[in-house]
Amino acid sequence: MALSGLEIFKKLPKTNCKDCGFPTCLAFAMQLAAGKVELEKCPHISEEAKEALSEASQPPVLKVEVGTGEDSFVVGEETVLFRHDRTFVNQNAFAVTINDDMSSDKIEEVVKKVNSIAYERVGQILKVDAICIKNKSGNREKFMEITGKVGSLTKKPLIISSEDPQTLKNVAETFRERKPLIHAASSDSVDLFIEIGKETGCPIAVRGKTFEDVMEVTEKMRDAGIKNIVIDIGVRNFKDDFYNQIILRMAAIKQKNRLLGYPTIVFPDEMTDDPLKEALIASVFVAKYGSIIVLSNADYQNIYPLLVYRQNIYTDPRRPMQVEQKIYEIGNPDENSPVLITTNFSLTYFIISGEIENSKVPSWLLVMDVEGQSVLTAWAAGKFVPELIARFVNQSGIADKVKKKELVIPGYVAQLQGELEDELGGGWKVVVGPREAGEVPKFLREYTGKK
Amino acid sequence: MDFQVPKNTYTGSINVVKLGKDNTEILIGGEHALPFYGFEGELPNKPVIAIEVYDKKPDDWPEIIGKYYNDVFDDPVRWAKKSIDEYGADVICLKLTRINPEGDDISPEEAADITVKVRESITRPLIVYGTGPMEKIADVMKKVSEKNAGTNILMGWVEEDNYKTIAAAAIGYNNNVIALNPLDVNIAKQINILLTQLGLPADRIVMDPSTSSVGYGIEYCYSAMERLKIAALMQDDKMTQMPIITNIAPEVWKIKEVRESEEAYPEWGSHEERAINWETISCMSMLLAGANILVMRHPKAVSLIKEAIKDLM
Repeated sequence: MALSGLEIFKKLPKTNCKDCGFPTCLAFAMQLAAGKVELEKCPHISEEAKEALSEASQPPVLKVEVGTGEDSFVVGEETVLFRHDRTFVNQNAFAVTINDDMSSDKIEEVVKKVNSIAYERVGQILKVDAICIKNKSGNREKFMEITGKVGSLTKKPLIISSEDPQTLKNVAETFRERKPLIHAASSDSVDLFIEIGKETGCPIAVRGKTFEDVMEVTEKMRDAGIKNIVIDIGVRNFKDDFYNQIILRMAAIKQKNRLLGYPTIVFPDEMTDDPLKEALIASVFVAKYGSIIVLSNADYQNIYPLLVYRQNIYTDPRRPMQVEQKIYEIGNPDENSPVLITTNFSLTYFIISGEIENSKVPSWLLVMDVEGQSVLTAWAAGKFVPELIARFVNQSGIADKVKKKELVIPGYVAQLQGELEDELGGGWKVVVGPREAGEVPKFLREYTGKK
Repeated sequence: MDFQVPKNTYTGSINVVKLGKDNTEILIGGEHALPFYGFEGELPNKPVIAIEVYDKKPDDWPEIIGKYYNDVFDDPVRWAKKSIDEYGADVICLKLTRINPEGDDISPEEAADITVKVRESITRPLIVYGTGPMEKIADVMKKVSEKNAGTNILMGWVEEDNYKTIAAAAIGYNNNVIALNPLDVNIAKQINILLTQLGLPADRIVMDPSTSSVGYGIEYCYSAMERLKIAALMQDDKMTQMPIITNIAPEVWKIKEVRESEEAYPEWGSHEERAINWETISCMSMLLAGANILVMRHPKAVSLIKEAIKDLM
């Protein structure tokens, strides 16, 4: 079990050297106990103390990696129950199911779809993380064959699920270099899975009906040196699994229960036959603590909103999301289209660009890098001021794209108008736009009508 | 193996607000635990769905949503009835758009008559929203409250610097008010303090911490709402204990991921199913964060959300 801040403090050098970034060793110890900082931040700690403390310095939900290389994914390392308390750390993985009794064509179609999904949003590429192959046929040879086939069609990490431990052992041994997640060990088969884990290094999912069941298995595995563990406590029922995910995460974080402090896997695909309801259930586990979420299909209309929602929930609330500084073309603008400017706070950008689209007036939107702040905050911080705006506008190349040099600024910084015109020079005129995004369509229609 | 189920400690609860009267009456709020954490405390009243009804045909609804309401667009009474009888609305959210001085500019009197007509024809409580400049909304709500005196309608909305007229109308005629804040716990509390100081009972206030769709900053709404709920339940902060409404339908239905066709974006998949997912996932997120009333639009999204609420309660 985890150590208290004082217990940790006893093992630190007690020199208060501040090299860790904290004013005293005690302060560092407290942060360590809370799982808010890594032990490695202390450069002077003895090897002996390090070993004793390494467990205490682990995050309450341990990190697990599935797959290898560029395409692998990492889950766990979570430290809070509510994202506003700090942030959620590693976004949940989405896996799409392949049953080994599907037709060859169907399998190819699904894998191809999974491979093809890559939506760009706010500078990130949103993808499906894994394929979950289920031994629905119950046949070992069939399962081996399908796993081989899927493996040859995709580089995505694999989750290998079968009721038969011996089948899983064979698959783990054959595909060990891909480090698939092996699903699942239970109290009956734990010794075999310890052997599989030790021999192949593959992460192992543990399935139990109760928290006590799971703890019994994870304790045996942990004591045998197996670290990469994922918990499946599902009964494949929305309400019960919602409860289970919450209790698991609370046990890990509030009680520092090491035996339940592992990432989890949930199966919305087995909770309903309606793909729309499945997407809804999956979204609940994005916010409420599912680490690997298994879906029945990779149909774009279900996957796309889930991927975007995941990106939203796992955004670090301490750091505003930013979009790239550049000229955004909205609705094929030409040399007569209006030119607007705003800041690169992603929420500001999304709302403004959305309203420009709604207006159906093709426009140039200049987005200026102010470290992701909103217009008023950036202005107050001296980052969205005439001198800097003028430098950005003049370097952006917008002057070569339009005939009429008029720049629309947000209504909240109307006071910049005169000074900005002076700074811009080159015949630029500055027009004050609306204060609220919702007024942009009306403004643009009137503004361009007048022109 | 010993295991003690971990538990949050709650010191406060959400106020109970009464919507409607007699046969239309329902209760909102009253929870003693986080949303759907029924295993930790009592959740006496389930979250409810309000379906939007407009006072005239909306000009920008795509066919995938318009087809469900085409036959009632010209009559808010029939629209409200259909939303209740066929689509399962728990509450009707009537949006007065014709009051806007830039549009039809109908009088407060005429607008209030519409609200009375709708209220008297339905068996569910009524929420009334105005659109347009705040001054006009205030004039209209004054009349709306007067003509619906004592019927516990919920009126949207008041803001920090514009609350007196509508709040006074709610106090004078025994109705409820939506207090809007821009994703900000402190401003939310400030408005609630101002309203209660004016004499509006705390159990006549519903908060709207602002909302947006998945992909358009919903995470800010999620956390603002979750923080309000935690302050109310775990810190017993009285000025955060009002139930929450999210007017999310217009936010979802204006984004391009919901409006654009499959022909324009084949990589986004089926248009209607995509739009339903966008609405349900946005709504479910707001429910998990603490919404007590959801303002919704697509019938299939409504039925999915109602089913999910039933599953989790």
